[in-house]
Amino acid sequence: MGIEQIYSEILKEHANSMHNKHHLTHATQTHKGINPSCGDEIELEVFVEDCIVKDASFTGSGCAISQASASMMIDLIKGKTVEEAKLLTRTFTGMIKNEIRDEEELEILEDAVALKDISHMPARVKCAVLGWHTLEDTI
Amino acid sequence: MSNLYKKDFPIFNKEAGGKPLIYLDNAATTQKPEAVLKVMEDYYRQYNANPYRGLYEISSKATEKYEEARKVTADFIHAKASDEIVFTRNATESLNLIAYSYGRSILNEGDEVLIPISEHHSNLLPWQQLIKEKKGVLNYLYLDEKGHLKEEEIEEKITERTRIVALAYVSNVLGNIYPVKKIIEKAHRVGAAVVLDCAQSIPHFPLDVQELDIDFAVFSGHKMLGPMGIGVLYGKKDLLDKMPPFLTGGEMIDFVSEQEATFAPLPQKFEAGTPNVAGAIGLMEAVSYIKQVGYRQINSIEEELTAYALTRLKELPYVTIYGEDHLTKDRTGVISFNVEGVHPHDTASLLDADGVCIRAGHHCAQPLMRYMGEAATCRISFYFYNTKEDIDVFITSLKKVRGWLGLGN
Repeated sequence: MGIEQIYSEILKEHANSMHNKHHLTHATQTHKGINPSCGDEIELEVFVEDCIVKDASFTGSGCAISQASASMMIDLIKGKTVEEAKLLTRTFTGMIKNEIRDEEELEILEDAVALKDISHMPARVKCAVLGWHTLEDTI
Repeated sequence: MSNLYKKDFPIFNKEAGGKPLIYLDNAATTQKPEAVLKVMEDYYRQYNANPYRGLYEISSKATEKYEEARKVTADFIHAKASDEIVFTRNATESLNLIAYSYGRSILNEGDEVLIPISEHHSNLLPWQQLIKEKKGVLNYLYLDEKGHLKEEEIEEKITERTRIVALAYVSNVLGNIYPVKKIIEKAHRVGAAVVLDCAQSIPHFPLDVQELDIDFAVFSGHKMLGPMGIGVLYGKKDLLDKMPPFLTGGEMIDFVSEQEATFAPLPQKFEAGTPNVAGAIGLMEAVSYIKQVGYRQINSIEEELTAYALTRLKELPYVTIYGEDHLTKDRTGVISFNVEGVHPHDTASLLDADGVCIRAGHHCAQPLMRYMGEAATCRISFYFYNTKEDIDVFITSLKKVRGWLGLGN
């Protein structure tokens, strides 16, 4: 997939990213993530109860890839257990680092598989994993 | 606008993914002419040897060429003598050497170092860290809305407490040429030393260290057609002589005993370990290429390109240009801009799909970005091998960016 196709995929998600971009009134954990290569900052908020991610949201600014990726991540982890969220994080970062290529293994990422080709764009890897790294530090 | 020079650069002879390479990131690094590549290859193929030590012919030749490169560099910037030139890895290493050798030996508690807010992290962090160690004060010169250093800032902030003023000749983000002569005069009146980062100036206009009466000057070979891994530090001989070594090890000693050592004279005192001989030889050839083209010609090509690019960018209502948005005598061909609604990284990635290379990010100048109220910008920067056609391809590609992200024109 070329960069232009990646963007058109992301674009579909980008329109959706706004529904996850807000503050939580009842966050149990909040964590700031920074992309050192561009200075982008996002803040991730999660509400965890009984080891289940009941709600999550993000705020901050960034490029289309980092914003769409963070939003897709939130869609994915909501309602999952903390352990499941950790597995999703490992799978997503594995995909972006091109360490996990098995399609069945990637299935749990659902729509986020659209970002798979970022693994061929080293300059954008940090954008795609910003939200996920922040999640790793949060839960 | 045909270009006489592009053919000398092998990288432009092959196409990137079926598209011609449109290279507009010259402030990051420049491309290398065939002549530079050839002299470096010749060194490795024909007389590769460790200089200074080998008692055989090819080692003598390596030493001779390395020292010739030093002489050529000294003449190029009008230094009084070759031993005022120290070869380093890059401008960053040169700046660290000055901070940790000169700065550390002269700064006392409460002393001030003054730098513009626009400095590259390489001319900010060594001072910031040293000032912490010395319990000194790191002061900043602020800019006006066009990115020029404010007169009153220069007048007010260079004081009796100022020991060092360190600044770039040209901003790597906005392309502004700073009033270096005035700053040096003012600094010398209060007894402060001036460190000039010429990384963004020497590719584009001459440096005369004696005329400027500058104390230290630094630059990188790779931003002026030379290879990566060779940098230059110029220092006035009396200052360099008094400074302690920065790195210690082989090649920089006179005599070593179990507990003591004495050090070699200049410039070896500052060149510990096996030096980058091929790099120095490549730099010497780059200097020769620049001299053949001539700064006058470089300047005239770059002015035409800068004026043309600014005009074309201003035709796009969704583009914001930072700093001066027209050609002036105190700017170079570095243009920072943003596309409304589009993150600079997305702009750069989409331009890349058309073979157009630009820089996007904070340009290693985070305090300036914060001062400008931006997280990041896009940046294009020219060299004399660029053409108006390059700019046309860039503009055509740029016009598509908002469309790809679902934004209107």
